[in-house]
Amino acid sequence: MFDKNKLEEIRLEKQNWTKNNVEKTISRFPERKESFKTGSNLEVKRLYTPDDIEDLDYNEKLGFPGQYPFTRGVQPTMYRGRLWTMRQYAGFATAEESNKRYKYLLEQGQTGLSVAFDLPTQIGYDSDHPLSEGEVGKVGVAIDSLKDMEILFDGIPLDKVSTSMTINAPASVLLAMYIAVAEKQGVPKGSLRGTIQNDILKEYIARGTYIFPPKASMRLITNIFEYCSKEVPKWNTISISGYHIREAGATAVQEVAFTLADGIAYVEAAIEAGLDVDDFAPRLSFFFNAHNDLLEEVAKFRAARRLWARIMKERFHAKSEKSMMLKFHTQTAGSTLTAQQPDNNIVRVTIQTLAAVLGGTQSLHTNSRDEALALPTEESVRIALRTQQIVAYESGVTETIDPLAGSYYIESLTNKIEEEAMNYIKKIDELGGAIKAIESGYIQKEIQDAAYNYQMEIESGKRIVVGVNKFQIEEEGHKDILRVDPEVERLQREKLKALKEERDNRLVEDVLMKLKEKANTSENLMPYILDAVKAYATLGEICGVLREVFGEYEQSIIL
Amino acid sequence: MDRPIRVLVAKPGLDGHDRGAKVIARALRDAGMEVIYTGLRQTPEQIVQAAIQEDVDVVAMSILSGAHNHLFPKVVNLLREEGVDDVLVIGGGVIPEDDIPKLKEAGIEEIFTPGTSTKDVVEYIKRNVKR
Amino acid sequence: MNLGERLLNGDRRACARLISMLENNDLEAVNIIKELYKHSGNAYVIGVTGAPGSGKSTLTDKLAKEFRKRGKKIGILAIDPTSPFTGGAILGDRIRMNDLTLDKNVFIRSMGTRGSLGGMSRAAWGAVKVLDIFGMDYIFIETVGVGQSEVDIVKIADTVLMVMVPNLGDDIQAIKAGIMEIADVFAINKSDLEGADRTKLEIEMNLDLSEKKDYRPPVVKVSASRNQNIDELVDKLIEHRTYLEETGKIVERRKKNIRLEIMKLAEEEFLNLVMNKAHKGNLFDKLVDDVISKKLDPYTAKDMIMDFIKG
Repeated sequence: MFDKNKLEEIRLEKQNWTKNNVEKTISRFPERKESFKTGSNLEVKRLYTPDDIEDLDYNEKLGFPGQYPFTRGVQPTMYRGRLWTMRQYAGFATAEESNKRYKYLLEQGQTGLSVAFDLPTQIGYDSDHPLSEGEVGKVGVAIDSLKDMEILFDGIPLDKVSTSMTINAPASVLLAMYIAVAEKQGVPKGSLRGTIQNDILKEYIARGTYIFPPKASMRLITNIFEYCSKEVPKWNTISISGYHIREAGATAVQEVAFTLADGIAYVEAAIEAGLDVDDFAPRLSFFFNAHNDLLEEVAKFRAARRLWARIMKERFHAKSEKSMMLKFHTQTAGSTLTAQQPDNNIVRVTIQTLAAVLGGTQSLHTNSRDEALALPTEESVRIALRTQQIVAYESGVTETIDPLAGSYYIESLTNKIEEEAMNYIKKIDELGGAIKAIESGYIQKEIQDAAYNYQMEIESGKRIVVGVNKFQIEEEGHKDILRVDPEVERLQREKLKALKEERDNRLVEDVLMKLKEKANTSENLMPYILDAVKAYATLGEICGVLREVFGEYEQSIIL
Repeated sequence: MDRPIRVLVAKPGLDGHDRGAKVIARALRDAGMEVIYTGLRQTPEQIVQAAIQEDVDVVAMSILSGAHNHLFPKVVNLLREEGVDDVLVIGGGVIPEDDIPKLKEAGIEEIFTPGTSTKDVVEYIKRNVKR
Repeated sequence: MNLGERLLNGDRRACARLISMLENNDLEAVNIIKELYKHSGNAYVIGVTGAPGSGKSTLTDKLAKEFRKRGKKIGILAIDPTSPFTGGAILGDRIRMNDLTLDKNVFIRSMGTRGSLGGMSRAAWGAVKVLDIFGMDYIFIETVGVGQSEVDIVKIADTVLMVMVPNLGDDIQAIKAGIMEIADVFAINKSDLEGADRTKLEIEMNLDLSEKKDYRPPVVKVSASRNQNIDELVDKLIEHRTYLEETGKIVERRKKNIRLEIMKLAEEEFLNLVMNKAHKGNLFDKLVDDVISKKLDPYTAKDMIMDFIKG
């Protein structure tokens, strides 16, 4: 990108500067630290110059927004055309309460819903399962059957909204319920828009809400890909998530590497199931974390886009540009929030918001300041949303596309993250792919090591966390927090009991039997799950039948 | 007698966030303790039986889902029903300040909230084991 | 009621506490076991060993479940290495056995190797006695098959089950290292993976080479995680037991084990005695200093310690 002679001059000047200026200064005023590192422990030099990106070929490595390799963004006009979607993830104890909240949000002009489910729902247990005790309605809405789903979306026209559902292991069941509700509203499947997270691999790696072993899970996922490509073509069938991997303690490089390695596994599974890459790849989307090291994070997003584009083109020979675009949702890093001096978290979230926006995110959830204490209060949620709005409307960073491009540091770091992530992906390929690397515990171990290292750096004071290991104050307890009424659990169980009395139980038996039979074949299970859901078989019953056939995943732990 | 302190590190409930539990497990091991790690999705009954069979000095639990008010006291009660009175029970996770007095009253002897140094946990255990 | 009586009465806490006390070489517990030793001898001990990652814990879990189906009470000792640097350990085998935790007829205990000379064998053997007296029908000792002390632990088993997996270079290493020779039954776990048949063939060929005996270790392909062929493996384990009992070899074998145990117990205590004496007045340190400065050699230093003991 630079003239050879000019580069030589710059190199020479840099040597002179180091010798004459820097060393002289350091001899009198040493630098603060021996070595400087990014938030993820990548080496940071004192100064970056054209020398650091001498091989950068603009057209090959950066290109133009909306064009391969999409380093600078996936749309030609980015935020000049439309701002990112501000999508706050929220869940309330019961379907009734959530429904009220969704209607309120829609009245306020929001067009997208984001549904959080409680843990029993995410793991395929009904509210009356012994393991559900104490968990019903805690981190999201409890859904036991189509009945709850009907209440959840009552009066909400499903042809007018797009709905994002954070659901993984039982994604096919919840998607089937959504389709069934739509049908009752007279809305054809073909017009439904939304996203299911549906990313089981990161559940094994980091988030923990898995049910079935990898092989069966991958089958359910490819069943969804196939079914939706024909029946629900506007649905985003997966959101391949690095967010939770990062939350578990991964570095920025690991976040990119392991997420894209998971992505590769899904693409391979779908191709193996007989799908054409350009039929499903455009419906793949990603979900990343935004951490505190602003510049490293921006480089991370850019590196991820470029790397994925290369993988799709070179490894999978995708033809459609849409298959090569890495579109992603971002959430600010929950793990960086401190319970100490929680208002400081607003500042952290602001930095993280900037990182996501400068990195070209398609949508964003900002965390609330009090999430290290409990579920956020309404006021905290509002401040979090306002943070996005201030960045969008006041900061000016939205007015031009990819404004940090061309920075010697950013470009050099983008290269570095891409290269190191690629090394990880090669290593995972050697191990036989992401699934094998998860089963052997390799990926988990890498993350745990990083997490432990991070914690030890905080404890040794090598890493400063304001309010935690420096600048502490005596604090009063934080009282103003949201609680979930424990009554919810009882109510939900009662509803379940009533349902089991009033539905056609013979029909339920039949559809479950059929599902079990088909689970033992290689047929696509989506139609049978849809039948089961419509007969008001519960989530727990449907997953129970599949558990019988597929067995359950056992954690792979190497500590 | 010079013997390693034995600690059961358990995650009751359904949440899968085990970063904290794993970091603690490693820190306790590095402090010379024997850590029995039982993984995710443990019921209070399982935790108590494991604690008995393993004859641990400490039961350390972590919950991030908000189910602590239900699950922590249940573990303590079941231990008492089994006649276990020499085990130190501690908890950690996203736990509101308001809940801590009630949890302590219920017999969870210390609650560690986010930002706690692993050294503090190690020190606390060393000072407070009951045998 | 004292601990011993409580143990006989099926008190799980007493069982657990006695295991801890023996692990810590507590004299009170030793005396209790001395008293109760006549109640032991009903349990049959199965050693489960194999390379790291061969799925031993999962397999042990499934074997225990199959034995439970057949009405047997099960004790499990899961042994993991202790860090030589910190003395700590993370014992994670229970993760694979969580759904056995609530079965009143199963008792699972995790142990760290703790690294003292022979101490692990002593602790494991002590725990086996406690579980035996407690009334368990079968006791599994599960340990990584690397290192002499681990092999020693497994040696006291009545039947040794060696767990292999397809396509692991370690298998061949194990064959070369001679660890294979202690196996009475082979299980090829994860046999749904490619290469299981080849691994089976390799083991069989190796067995062909070893001297002819009236008992030939069977090689069983299983998949612990899919719960496949576990019943067949249990049958083979029981067949080995029947063979030992019908031929009277069980007595021979147990004699050998008891001989080993007494020797190891004496060895440990003797060594402690010697070293305690030698450490008195810093004799040992002085000798070490003298050897390093070439005033003495290690042989003479040893002679001086022995003279000191005798004198």
